[in-house]
Amino acid sequence: MSTKLAKIEKRTAYLLILPSVLLVFSIILFPIFSNIWISFKNVELKDLRIPEPRAKKLVKSIKDNPNQIKIIYKLRNSSLIQEITNVKFKDKYPDNIEPISLNNKCQFKSNLLKCELGNWPEKYRENLEIVFQNTNNKEISKKELKSYKPKLSGKSQNILLTYEFTLNNFKKVIKDKAFIDLLSTTFYYTFFGTIGAIVFGILAAQMVNQKFFGRTFMRSVLLFPYVAPVVALAYTWELLLDPTSGTLNNLLINYQIIDVPINLLGQKYVTLNILGFDFKLRLALTTVIIFEIWRYFPLAFLFILARLQAVPKELYEAADVDGANPIQKFLNITLPQILAVISILFMIRFIWNFNKFEDIFLLTGGASGTRTFPINVYQQGFSIGDIGVGSAVSIVIVVFLLIFMFIYFKLLGRRADEN
Amino acid sequence: MKIKNIFTYCFISSLFLFSLICIWKILVTLQGIELTNFNFNKLFIFGIILCLINLFIGKKLNLNIKIIILALLFSIFDYLISINLPIWYSLGIFLISLFFFKTIKNYDKNFLSKNHSSQKLFFNFLTLFGITLFSFVILFPFYMMLITSFKTQALLLLNPLDFSINFSKGLPELFKSYFVVFKDYNFGRYMLTSTIVSLGTVIITLIFAIPAAYAIARLNFFGKNFLSTSILIIYLFPAIVLVIPLYTIFSQLGLRNSIEGLLIVYTATTLPVAIYMLQGYFKSIPKELEEAGIIDGQNWLGIIFKIILPLSLPAISSVALYVFMIAWNEFLFSLMFLDRPNTFTLSRAIQFLNVGAETPRQYLMAGSVVVTLPILIIFVYFEKYLVSGLTAGSVKG
Repeated sequence: MSTKLAKIEKRTAYLLILPSVLLVFSIILFPIFSNIWISFKNVELKDLRIPEPRAKKLVKSIKDNPNQIKIIYKLRNSSLIQEITNVKFKDKYPDNIEPISLNNKCQFKSNLLKCELGNWPEKYRENLEIVFQNTNNKEISKKELKSYKPKLSGKSQNILLTYEFTLNNFKKVIKDKAFIDLLSTTFYYTFFGTIGAIVFGILAAQMVNQKFFGRTFMRSVLLFPYVAPVVALAYTWELLLDPTSGTLNNLLINYQIIDVPINLLGQKYVTLNILGFDFKLRLALTTVIIFEIWRYFPLAFLFILARLQAVPKELYEAADVDGANPIQKFLNITLPQILAVISILFMIRFIWNFNKFEDIFLLTGGASGTRTFPINVYQQGFSIGDIGVGSAVSIVIVVFLLIFMFIYFKLLGRRADEN
Repeated sequence: MKIKNIFTYCFISSLFLFSLICIWKILVTLQGIELTNFNFNKLFIFGIILCLINLFIGKKLNLNIKIIILALLFSIFDYLISINLPIWYSLGIFLISLFFFKTIKNYDKNFLSKNHSSQKLFFNFLTLFGITLFSFVILFPFYMMLITSFKTQALLLLNPLDFSINFSKGLPELFKSYFVVFKDYNFGRYMLTSTIVSLGTVIITLIFAIPAAYAIARLNFFGKNFLSTSILIIYLFPAIVLVIPLYTIFSQLGLRNSIEGLLIVYTATTLPVAIYMLQGYFKSIPKELEEAGIIDGQNWLGIIFKIILPLSLPAISSVALYVFMIAWNEFLFSLMFLDRPNTFTLSRAIQFLNVGAETPRQYLMAGSVVVTLPILIIFVYFEKYLVSGLTAGSVKG
């Protein structure tokens, strides 16, 4: 009896899960794997249009002979680059007419015109003309003739489904001189964005963890940048930082802090002189990182605040009795308590910043030294139009991602062992 | 009392006062008032003097009177060194200094001679300073977005620092950008599309996720552990690695430029986190309740609908709000899949506005307000649910 119940339970479980598994498989897992396939193929954006055989039907009456009518099919191959093989043609006719003469490709049987039109090379065009005669003396209705649409079918090679592979995409990605630059930009962006968000998250959480007037309101406000749509925020920042009419530059000039406006999003390097040493700061990248921090520190804040509120008050009271100062309290009580959260947060934010696309795309479009891997996927695939190379870059991202995930789950596992 | 403590006290306090004044001055500048100097030296030194006075008066005077006198002194000083400023500016300075002296009223010689007093002081001010600065930095872009949408192109170019709102021409003139955006740029339609897509995603995701989450939380089957770990892994894969294959497949299936295509992708990408969040909650529901249901002769469907769902409404609301937020804010897929204006979502429409030749920025900002406001209202109104959704799902972002 119990085994029967267990069987029913199992069957129900599979039934309940199946729709979700299928959907996730087809929209997430399948595309990730098809990346591998596409990345070994020479595919461009323009190849994605499947070639179609097309026919336009014209109906013309013949002078002096109302019993006959001429039908012209304008045939063409929609593709400019691929041939269509084995084109078949089908069209329906009213009862009262039949063709006078037919070429050997076509057949007329029980009101159906069927043709085998063979192979059409790329850019192919041809006119097919057939004259029809009515069998009883009723008038031929042009309208009725026009209402039937010809149906065409043909086989074309889908470039995605051929078995021709190439390594060129990966060669292009890795041999590209910009690859090292891409790698360093991505890591710079990811690392500082993550660290910054966590540091500000800790500061904000420490603040909100104290009692003051308007604390709940403050907590909501701190989450605004994370909740609002990225499009709106990025464009607002773009206006804010604009070199000529942006608020920030005008404010700084107004208060005589700078003399010349700074193009914060459009300038690749700025040379800073600190203690007599010149060093180059990547300006646009830094600005993008600041935006990143501004937008994602709320998340770190939320995590850390939740953890802080769970720290037992007695610990702090005991420290007060021992005469600890605020820095000691933070280092010896707070920090150890939130360390676990921070390390998980770091890994997760690191993974997500590594893959961040929208923020940079909207702010700079990847110009002025802000091109990271995800931006490169878009540029290769859609700006340049080389789907294959874009896919190869995606594969590079996935490989990095798998490494990060491996470390992350190792970390999680170790933490679980400790507890 | 240590000299070091007095020194830190004066320095930090005066710096804090000065930074508050700076923020106020920036806000005043943005009302179109000409103000070109923070007067750092004078205000800072005078601040130090007042802090010292505050320290030495201590509690000899009624505290309230002390606060008011010090604040008045400071505002008069500020009034004297700045020229031609409206009275509300000085009133603001007065209120700020009032707040400041109220904060430091309790600091006297006794406090400063205690252990760690300088550190405590430092952290107290750091908190106050942090709260002001954080609020300013976070709210400023939102403020700018709103104000810019009320201006005209000519005014914006004439004086980019003038954030004042001109009510004199009447409300229709003030909200002109919004009329334009809805009428000429079709934002009504985009808003409808966004709403349909977001609500649709929420409903479909829940329909798929609730049964799956229940099965993972409660039923025993082969591959259960594997499934629950793979949910987390799948969740960590970003949209950018899906974009090219989905684009190729959708182009060939003719699913681009369709709401259905967008719905499928949004549902699939939010499904893992929805299942993950729900199964965690379902596990916390006592099993006895279900067993009672089984004894009553309910089948699995009955148990889900009559026992699990009513009990987990809070969790379902969190998931629903979180999914709604993701779908409403989503940008990458709408950029890739939609290129005909009749299928645009709000985010895509705003990006289209920006790329389009020289759209006046007040329209761009009005559009941004239109896309931001609903989500902020929902957030503030349902904060409790959304925050728990964010915390649970915040591995993604």
